[in-house]
Amino acid sequence: MTSPVVSATSLDLTFQTNDGPVHALSGIDLEIGKGEFVSFIGPSGCGKTTFLRCIAALEAPTGGTLTVNGMRPDGARRARAYGYVFQAAGLYPWRSIEKNIALPLEIMGYSRAEQAERINRVLDLVELSGFGKKYPWQLSGGMQQRASIARALAFDADILLMDEPFGALDEIVRDHLNEQLLELWARTEKTIGFVTHSIPEAVYLSTKIVVMSPRPGRITDVIDSPLPKERPLDIRDTPEFLEIAHRVRDGLRAGHAYDD
Amino acid sequence: MSWLVFALVFWIGAWALNASLANSRWRGTIGVRVLIPVLFGVTLIVLWEGFVRGLGVSPVILPAPSTVAGTFAASTDILWEDFRQTVLKGALSGFVIGALAAFATAILIDRSTFLTRGLLPIGNFVAALPIIGIAPILVNWFGFDWQSKAAVVVVMVFFPILVNTVQGLRETDAMQRDLMRTYAAGYLDTLIKLRLPAALPFIFNGLKIATTLALIGAIVAEYFGSPTRGMGFRISTGVGSLSIDLVWAEIAVAAMAGTAFYGLVAWMERRVTFWHPSHRRN
Amino acid sequence: MRNILPILAVLVALAVLWYAAVAPMNIRGALDVADRGGAEVIPAEPRDRFEQSAWRLMMANPDHIALGYSLDRPRLPTPVQVADELWNTTGEMALRGRAMSKRSLIYHGWITLQSTLWGFALGTVLGMAGAIAIVYSRVVDMSLMPWAIISQTVPIVALAPMIIVLSSQVGIEGRGVPKAIISAYLCYFPVLVGMVKGLRSPGAAQLDLLRTYSASGVQAFLKLRLPASMPYLFTSLKIGIAAALVGTIVGELPTGAISGLGARILIGDQFGTPLAIWAALFAAAILAGILVTLLDLMQRITLRRMGMQA
Repeated sequence: MTSPVVSATSLDLTFQTNDGPVHALSGIDLEIGKGEFVSFIGPSGCGKTTFLRCIAALEAPTGGTLTVNGMRPDGARRARAYGYVFQAAGLYPWRSIEKNIALPLEIMGYSRAEQAERINRVLDLVELSGFGKKYPWQLSGGMQQRASIARALAFDADILLMDEPFGALDEIVRDHLNEQLLELWARTEKTIGFVTHSIPEAVYLSTKIVVMSPRPGRITDVIDSPLPKERPLDIRDTPEFLEIAHRVRDGLRAGHAYDD
Repeated sequence: MSWLVFALVFWIGAWALNASLANSRWRGTIGVRVLIPVLFGVTLIVLWEGFVRGLGVSPVILPAPSTVAGTFAASTDILWEDFRQTVLKGALSGFVIGALAAFATAILIDRSTFLTRGLLPIGNFVAALPIIGIAPILVNWFGFDWQSKAAVVVVMVFFPILVNTVQGLRETDAMQRDLMRTYAAGYLDTLIKLRLPAALPFIFNGLKIATTLALIGAIVAEYFGSPTRGMGFRISTGVGSLSIDLVWAEIAVAAMAGTAFYGLVAWMERRVTFWHPSHRRN
Repeated sequence: MRNILPILAVLVALAVLWYAAVAPMNIRGALDVADRGGAEVIPAEPRDRFEQSAWRLMMANPDHIALGYSLDRPRLPTPVQVADELWNTTGEMALRGRAMSKRSLIYHGWITLQSTLWGFALGTVLGMAGAIAIVYSRVVDMSLMPWAIISQTVPIVALAPMIIVLSSQVGIEGRGVPKAIISAYLCYFPVLVGMVKGLRSPGAAQLDLLRTYSASGVQAFLKLRLPASMPYLFTSLKIGIAAALVGTIVGELPTGAISGLGARILIGDQFGTPLAIWAALFAAAILAGILVTLLDLMQRITLRRMGMQA
């Protein structure tokens, strides 16, 4: 592999809480190459979100090493190397959709003309053209989440980090957004880190699936997906798909304790 | 006697009308929403008039609304002069200075959690004190004219606005702050683009409280010394000289001024925080 | 409790600022005293001193600055002076068995406290009754609520002299009743608004649950709405009692008042004894602090027993 975009070696993160230390991450070894779509799946407390946040320099590891684009994560953050999509759309209610997308562009100092061009391009990408002047509360949950993704795509970052972005949406909308995300990925060729609870979603979207388990947060299995890059939705009914899904499920069961 | 009967009949009639309007299918319309309280207010005035006329209450004790209206019309020049002195020069200027000072202080201490943790409880405490007692001291320091009234108003509005602004600035949730971190946004960007707009509902809450305090401060300060004009001056001397109808006319002006001031700030709030769930009507 | 250090730091800083401010504020008085004592003062004529700024006077007469810290009638007393006066009119009098004399702030504080408590009780009852009426009757909600809001924008202080005159005309003796009325006026609105918010706070899901139990209106009120409104109620009670105290003092300020902390402020102003004003102000502040703290304590105990607070 050419130099990896994200490289973690023996990564540890221990939180000190009132009830004693919590080993959110323990001995994580992982490499993410350029252009990969990597899903992180596992039960609550397995560290998948924590790992994503470490990459984004929103948490600081307590042991091991982690590099992003060859730099320390905070350096990558300051170089604006990634876009982050949270579970909730988190759009500012006092800004229209256009102005919400403009938010990172304003902070990063793009010119007015550039901003306008990028906003239009990215609204098109997520199929929200024409909704630019609306306010977030006038849009449905799915549309708000699309706007949030558009916001993360507006500036030039090679990496896209998404934390269960479709968790609150219904099945059909979710399917549609999954398809759109794959199209986006094909067009923009970004490296994507994606946290999810859903096995079909993880298998459908990714080139690599990282199965994690809690207490301590660790990687149970890393599955390189043999599925082709072009994936219509009904690939979910093929035997190859089901085989991978089984493997994921086994990995999850192995790490799951039943006394929660 | 017939006045009293008329007033009571009016009251019952108006109440019945209000009750039917409140339960009618038009109750959501803005027309009905305004009509009901207006009708209620008119009823109070009719009751007042009926009470005074029907029982023959002396105008020195409680004049009828019609008498007050008459005095009001006859003394508009005095009332306007007093309004200018108390409301415009005293209350309004004090309000603006106090609000600006409170904002500046809130933003200055925002950078230091140490200062915020120290100042917020103290600010809350001072906001609960009868600051109005400071009026004679400030008149002593700043003289009889409107400056001392403005000073009292500044002190009275400073703390509620400060406390509300500081709380508003603290209210941003963790996810929004994380988002700003992912953009590597600096303190100033985060303050201007995220925290100040998010704090606006709180700030306006403080401003609305401050409008009522401003008027109270300006009027009470005038009880302690004033050139021969001003609403507080007119009221305290009017009570002494038994020109009660003029006093009531001044009270009416004070009521209208207070309501208008509050209404103005509430209107600004609605325009600026149109996005807040409490203002959206779906 | 981890706020203790920052709070102390801020208080110390404020005390230091206060001490520093005494010098320029009192320099003219200090120079007057020095002048009368025969010392040399620059400039020698009081009229010339009037023209110059406090800073210039201080720089020209550095030896006399200290006098400003022990004036009889200071423009700005030092914290020690205030504390002294406070002690003289409270603790010391209590020790001599004269706590209730007409010059004792304990006596005046008691007068003020009485009206405050009556006004607070009246305002709270009215506020709660109004809140219940507003929540349960749409007519009352639509007609009363706007006026309740407007009533607060009307400066009660404009009405205060009127209320006092009216009550004496009607034959009520003394100022106790009008002061209580003014207190209640300032206090009922926060209680009303807080109670309304609290009574309306249970979500639709909880109200529906009670409906499935065929609970009566009274039961729903006692078992759901009332307990749910406790946190809101206590918050507004704290605001209300502070407002009631302000109301009482406002009632004591118009001319002719002779007892109560507000009256002491008034008399201090009329007799030109600023120390009396400051002492009365601090007594009022201490009273406010005690009342709010007591309510806060009651809040903690009640909510803890109801399981609403850790």
